[in-house]
Amino acid sequence: MSLEVRNLNYVYGLGTPMEKKALTDISFSIPKGQFLGIIGHTGSGKSTLIQHLNGLIRATSGEIIYDGRNIYEKDYPMKELRQKVGLVFQYPEYQLFEETVMKDVCFGPLNQGLSKEECEKRAAEALLMTGISEKYWKKSPFELSGGQKRRVAIAGVLAMQPDYLILDEPTAGLDPRGRDDILGQIRELHEKSGLGVVLVSHSMDDIAEYVERVIVIDSGKLRQDGTPREVFRHYKELEEYGLSAPQITYIMHSLRDKGIMVDTEITRVDEACEEILRVLGRKE
Amino acid sequence: MREIALGQYYPTGSVIHRLDPRVKLVGTLVYLVSLFLVKNPLGYLFAGLFLMTVIRISRIPLKYMLKGLKGIIILLMITVVFNMFFTPGNVLFQVGFIKITDAGLKVAILMAVRLVLLIVGASLMTLATTPNALTDGMEKLMNPLKAIKVPVHEIAMMMSIALRFIPILMEETDKIMKAQTARGADLESGNIIQRAKAMVPILVPLFVSAFRRANDLATAMESRCYSGGEGRTKMKPLIYGKIDRIAYLILVLYLAAGIAIGRLPIHFWIF
Amino acid sequence: MEMIKTSSLTYEYPVRDEEGEIKGTFRAIDGVEINAKTGDFIAILGHNGSGKSTLAKHLNALLLPTEGTVTVNGIDTRDGKRIWDIRQSAGMVFQNPDNQIIASVVEEDVAFGPENIGIPTEKIWERVDEGLDAVGMQEYRTASPNHLSGGQKQRVAIAGVVAIHPKCIIMDESTAMLDPLGRQEVLNTVRRLNREENMTVIWITHYMEEVTDADCIFVMNEGKVVMQGTPREVFSRAEELEKLKLDVPQVTRLADRLRKKGLDIPKGILHMEELTEAICRLK
Repeated sequence: MSLEVRNLNYVYGLGTPMEKKALTDISFSIPKGQFLGIIGHTGSGKSTLIQHLNGLIRATSGEIIYDGRNIYEKDYPMKELRQKVGLVFQYPEYQLFEETVMKDVCFGPLNQGLSKEECEKRAAEALLMTGISEKYWKKSPFELSGGQKRRVAIAGVLAMQPDYLILDEPTAGLDPRGRDDILGQIRELHEKSGLGVVLVSHSMDDIAEYVERVIVIDSGKLRQDGTPREVFRHYKELEEYGLSAPQITYIMHSLRDKGIMVDTEITRVDEACEEILRVLGRKE
Repeated sequence: MREIALGQYYPTGSVIHRLDPRVKLVGTLVYLVSLFLVKNPLGYLFAGLFLMTVIRISRIPLKYMLKGLKGIIILLMITVVFNMFFTPGNVLFQVGFIKITDAGLKVAILMAVRLVLLIVGASLMTLATTPNALTDGMEKLMNPLKAIKVPVHEIAMMMSIALRFIPILMEETDKIMKAQTARGADLESGNIIQRAKAMVPILVPLFVSAFRRANDLATAMESRCYSGGEGRTKMKPLIYGKIDRIAYLILVLYLAAGIAIGRLPIHFWIF
Repeated sequence: MEMIKTSSLTYEYPVRDEEGEIKGTFRAIDGVEINAKTGDFIAILGHNGSGKSTLAKHLNALLLPTEGTVTVNGIDTRDGKRIWDIRQSAGMVFQNPDNQIIASVVEEDVAFGPENIGIPTEKIWERVDEGLDAVGMQEYRTASPNHLSGGQKQRVAIAGVVAIHPKCIIMDESTAMLDPLGRQEVLNTVRRLNREENMTVIWITHYMEEVTDADCIFVMNEGKVVMQGTPREVFSRAEELEKLKLDVPQVTRLADRLRKKGLDIPKGILHMEELTEAICRLK
């Protein structure tokens, strides 16, 4: 199973004076169970791209193949697609609306037509996965803290039991612990249940830490596609796109410039630590 | 999404654009009055020519203006047709059971002409004036009402804040709708009650967000020393200049000429 | 000169139960003592809900202390008659860029503050120019705020503050909703105001990288100041910060790890250059 994007083009405001090409000839495929990162500066088209993946925006041309079927086929069950490809928008806590946390998380499964018991079972699972314990379930979502609201909103999508989870900047505005908690829980879900994850992030450090593969979007085009090591190797190019490399990458380059022959493709703190010890000959 | 909401201002830098908004507001009012005082076809012709001249001076393409009015004009035509068929009088033509009377035709044509001129005239004002200038103009024009305790400044402030937030809230609505659709919400099918119910997941977050924004904005305004209209100065105070005085003069002359011509006892066909 | 000073500042508000009856009080700020001299760049760190924004609102008399005092430019914030002097001395920029811009044209928004305090028209134009120059937004002066990026909107908000000629600017998590470029843009703007105009800055954030050059950092937790010192002092206590739901910059984290592995690297490293140098010395 995979989610595949083929030659996707999207023109915004087609046929109006504001016509603008938002996405140009984008192709990539996400195998099930992959943890993919998407990076690109604000306005690069990455948010538009992810809204294509569950059919919220219809491409001007091109195909999206989910599980072997083109979603633009006539009579394609869009509702089912949206359940299988869960999308969590930026600041998802702004969509909460029900009286209780539990009811809110049940909204997705209820729309799938499941029984109340089944919905609550799924909602309970999803809430526990995102670290919201039972004592909050009967509370109003509006009484919770910012970080908790965010996790309830993510649980609302997880409760539909998707195969893919797409998150648009899930950590925006959170404090360091809040960021680590959410990303840690998502990684755990990915590892335990084989959930495919697409993480849109502005934090290169988070991308380096969590994802297996990165794609880079700039001006509506797919510019790079590879492992974080491969992509951050071209950090000069990323800078031209208004992006950067993880801080660790810059430290490695700076060490090498000073004649300490470390591997400059390292992106994470733990790897960097080992590498420096190795080069200094201090490895035990 | 952002562009459609009241973003009608069409900058060309013409004299019309540079006029004091009060002149344009009063002018629109004068034009409206003139249309209702006119009695004969020549009067309408005169009003039409006057409007065309002003549009030419404003350098706003007529095509652009009419494009924006498409919806309203269709609606207008429907009313006109209704009037034409259902007004009693001497029958002019008859096709089957549909009768067109002279009185019906007259009412319909006059109404259509009057409304088209009026709508084009009013839209010219909004195309040639920024929303902010409009609220400023209204505030200043309504100033005498302060004497009878009408909160003129507050009303104007509310209007300009609304203008600023309409596009933001529209975008937000769009985003919330998408987010709920992503959770399987069905906004498009079902009967009226089901559809109304389907709006709850959109309206609740929208209200919550509007309240949050209002609260934030109130705090921000307070921290920027806002304490109502008392003692406030203006960056762009409205001061009448030479062109404004000339414009007022033209308006007076137009009204006088319009009434004079429009009330001449000229008869033409059914009019 | 003392620009901002709080002494045993405490703020409580009533907590209501579901029927709206008061069932107790919540102490959002508890005996906070901070002070900032003219020209200081002061950072306040703390996780969400630690009380840092409530504290910020006291610094321009949006909230008044339950106990203790706050003085801004020598004026006690409880002095109701001088509230506008206080707000002119200490301007504030908030978190959400959209919710603090009032006008539909950039220059008119910058003029909002000066208009409120009754500056004559010609002077308003001068101040708007000053404000826009200070944040490098002259070329956007007639633009609609809706067409600006988040960082640009925050710069407009800063211009609006600059235009009221304050001595101090309070940035209440003003970078929290921005992307990295926007954050950098806003930080650079405020740093320049601090350096060149000697403007006192109170910078509230939970991005550690933003405050490595601050003169002093206050760390808040549960309404109290629990740590205070130079960035070097504060960031050398990584484990404590982690317990407070915060962290340290990546450079500091790497340096700490290397030190734990037995390398002779000094504590509290904040910049890449320092770390590189320290490692080079070990070669």
